[in-house]
Amino acid sequence: MKCRKCGGTAVLELRRHNAAFCAPDFLDFFRNQVREAVRKYRMLDKDEHVLVAVSGGKDSLALWDVLLDEGYRTTGLYLDLGIFDYSVESRRKCEAFAAGRGVPLIVASVAEEVGGPVPVIKEVTRRPPCSGCGLSKRYLMNRVALDRGIGVVATGHNLDDEAATLFGSIAHWQTDALARQSPALPSTHAKLVRRVKPLYRLSELETSAYAFLRRIDYIVEECPFAKGATSIAHKEILNRMEDASPGAKHNFLFGFLEKARAAFERTEAVELRECARCGQVTTGTICAFCKLADQVKRTL
Amino acid sequence: MKVILRNPRREIEVAGGRRVKDVLRELHILPETVLVIRGDELITADQVVRDGDTIELRPVMSGGAR
Ligand code: SF4
Ligand SMILES: [Zn+2]
Ligand SMILES: [Zn+2]
Repeated sequence: MKCRKCGGTAVLELRRHNAAFCAPDFLDFFRNQVREAVRKYRMLDKDEHVLVAVSGGKDSLALWDVLLDEGYRTTGLYLDLGIFDYSVESRRKCEAFAAGRGVPLIVASVAEEVGGPVPVIKEVTRRPPCSGCGLSKRYLMNRVALDRGIGVVATGHNLDDEAATLFGSIAHWQTDALARQSPALPSTHAKLVRRVKPLYRLSELETSAYAFLRRIDYIVEECPFAKGATSIAHKEILNRMEDASPGAKHNFLFGFLEKARAAFERTEAVELRECARCGQVTTGTICAFCKLADQVKRTL
Repeated sequence: MKVILRNPRREIEVAGGRRVKDVLRELHILPETVLVIRGDELITADQVVRDGDTIELRPVMSGGAR
């Protein structure tokens, strides 16, 4: 297979773009997609300080790498979830990346903040591990950014992640989730920072290839709790659709963003208040994170 | 030829002398769900792999709520 740009030997075929690329031309393609994402949703200002949430996996380290390459001022944030060897190893990958690039990395521990690591949260709440884990991550990303005076958090969500989330929301017609799904979430309160997903135009295959070709040492092993996650089942369904009809995932997500999303946006905004305990934003009196932390501390 | 699979890491032997595409089909792996790594390079599914080759099929899927 030949590179579409230069005719050299291709290293990656992108069926949905009906193209194949050599390594340098693929890296260019990748960076262009990130630039396009940033431009289209006005995700970042050129001189803005960005908090990059990193997990040690291919997506978030690829994101950090590409933002550094584009000249953004970044600080990494690694959340230690306390998930056995997986967390030990993934933390090491993030620290090595940060040290190698000479960039700052903040490490925050879920066990310290909540009172127990993700496996304990799972036992205490008797809920799927991803639920307490996801809640803690979103909360801590926002709080760390606020504490440091950083106005935006960038995450490594890719096209497949976004398509799988969309699929899940549609499967249950979760209309509030559909209204919230976007590559860029604005700040709707002084205590909420913006959240952006500069990789939303790139598939998992593309983020993996980028990380590999840039020789980024990322963790290939998955979180042990990922296996049972419904988002994985949704990704598998979407992958089968994609195989039968290249571009299916792209059309599913982009069609929603361009044509359907606006229809779900609520006219009436929900009222946001500050949590009586921690001061972070909530719709109730005590935020979900503080309730979770209470529950964990009470049980232990 | 040798094929390295991940999560968990394991090795299997399959017949070489055919395209990557054919190896993937035999293993019931959809082509866009893995990186195909030979040595320190990525190769496309139309490339022929020989009997003495080793390739790694590295899954690209990551999971859970993130
Ligand atoms: S798979 Fe679930 S538990 Fe594991 S890191 Fe992701 S969200 Fe957390
Ligand atoms: Zn080329
Ligand atoms: Zn709170």
